[in-house]
Amino acid sequence: MLNEYDLIKTFVAVTAAYDPDGNLRPLAIHWRDGTTFTVDKVVETRPAASLKVGGCGTLFSCRIRNKITHLFFENGRWFVEEKVPRIAERKDLIV
Amino acid sequence: MISPESKHLFCVVIYLQPVILHSDLNSFYASVECALRPELRDKPVAVCGSIEARHGIILAKNPLAKCYGIKTGLAVWEARRLCPDLVTVEARHEIYLRYARRVRSIYTRFTPWVEPFGLDEAWLDVTGEDGKTIADRIRRTIYEECGITASIGVADNKIYAKLGSDYKKPDATTVFLGEAIPKVVYKLPVSDLLFCGNAATRRLHSYRIETIGDLARADPIFLHSILGKTGVTLGQYAKGVGLGPVRKFGDEESIKSIGHSTTLPRDITTDEDARAVIALLSDAVGTRLRSHQLCGRTVSLYLRYSDLSHFERQTTLPTPTNLSLEIRDAAFRLLSPMEVVVSRGLGLRSVGVRLSELVPENEEYQLTLTGQPYLREKRITLDRTMDDLRRRFGYLSLRRASMLRDPSLTGLDFSKDAASPPDPHLT
Repeated sequence: MLNEYDLIKTFVAVTAAYDPDGNLRPLAIHWRDGTTFTVDKVVETRPAASLKVGGCGTLFSCRIRNKITHLFFENGRWFVEEKVPRIAERKDLIV
Repeated sequence: MISPESKHLFCVVIYLQPVILHSDLNSFYASVECALRPELRDKPVAVCGSIEARHGIILAKNPLAKCYGIKTGLAVWEARRLCPDLVTVEARHEIYLRYARRVRSIYTRFTPWVEPFGLDEAWLDVTGEDGKTIADRIRRTIYEECGITASIGVADNKIYAKLGSDYKKPDATTVFLGEAIPKVVYKLPVSDLLFCGNAATRRLHSYRIETIGDLARADPIFLHSILGKTGVTLGQYAKGVGLGPVRKFGDEESIKSIGHSTTLPRDITTDEDARAVIALLSDAVGTRLRSHQLCGRTVSLYLRYSDLSHFERQTTLPTPTNLSLEIRDAAFRLLSPMEVVVSRGLGLRSVGVRLSELVPENEEYQLTLTGQPYLREKRITLDRTMDDLRRRFGYLSLRRASMLRDPSLTGLDFSKDAASPPDPHLT
């Protein structure tokens, strides 16, 4: 668990589907390390801004592995609010 | 005594007081930049035009930058002198347009009567509803869905609603109804009134008309004697009368003029360069007129010099036109006074060409005895062919040879209409 973390905007690859009514629904998020996170359920869909990392679009609140993830569809791209350690905690940045 | 049979002849007329909202997105461009980049929220931020293209003036600033005295229209170097830590961001109009569309779609969820006023302002008619409640809901929705704030004025007319949105910023609702009108609105300075520009304010001040209340109480005949028709209109505005009802979203206002202007990448000092730019602007204006199937009778030329002095001249043509060459020739005829100024050592900084007194393209007109109808027919065919080629292959696919002399001056692409707020037409 990260005690101190920042949120950053991370664009992700997503497999999504359109239903016959033209509604878009994300099915899986493909993380940069090759892991695929299957979307178990889309809990909520609404237009929203990400006040934490910036940007606005359609928010899909998705249940993935029993946790809620906020997945945004903004201007043709998908992004999530990724948790990263605070700079002081990131050993890779300490020279 | 009303007999039971005649009851149906009577009906109850309920007068609903109009409820008009004016929504103003606070520091719109800067707010959008901060919404997209939250790390900028705690810093003084200003959005400016391209410095390389010499459009480097402040277009919008966030409240923190405002604290340093940074104002819209200031040159970037002046702003940096006031606030060395100022973060300047180059304007990204496409993104602002996207946000503006998003906000408008929010408005239309509440009422179909939405009349945009520029990119970041709009009037909404929500008659029959509680204005303050709706205004607060709209503000909350805009913040949740776009991450930016709005100020909303609530009144029974468009003028006071606009005053309300300007009264308290940012992120506030102001109600100007009933007692608030004599207590607050009438005490506001006359310069706060919509379309009351610097010249009109100075004139009104010279007659001791300082507040909106003074202007509302002034005799229209007197106002006409000092400011002409503008005075009477401003007097009406001060009483909250004017501007008509809120239009339904999508109902376009008829176009009154079409023009293009540009600030040049470098100052122009030769007549030849000035003509090349005017030719380019005339071409762009002609293209837009033809796309709207309109012709114009009055050609105006706007010139701003390196010392920021400017003038505008206009000429009326014998027949309305939308032909690029005819517009260009008329603008060239207006150019001659420029030579005098250039000889004084001043260069040209920006140029604009505009056509007004618009009529439909297919309207019949009187041929002149000296005109050359065959030549005109040829020019019409030429312009139509050019429009067609540009539509298919892009605006810059076809250019006049004279425009290839200096690509920095004439390589500008005017195919996309700039979205700019309407000019105050009463100053």
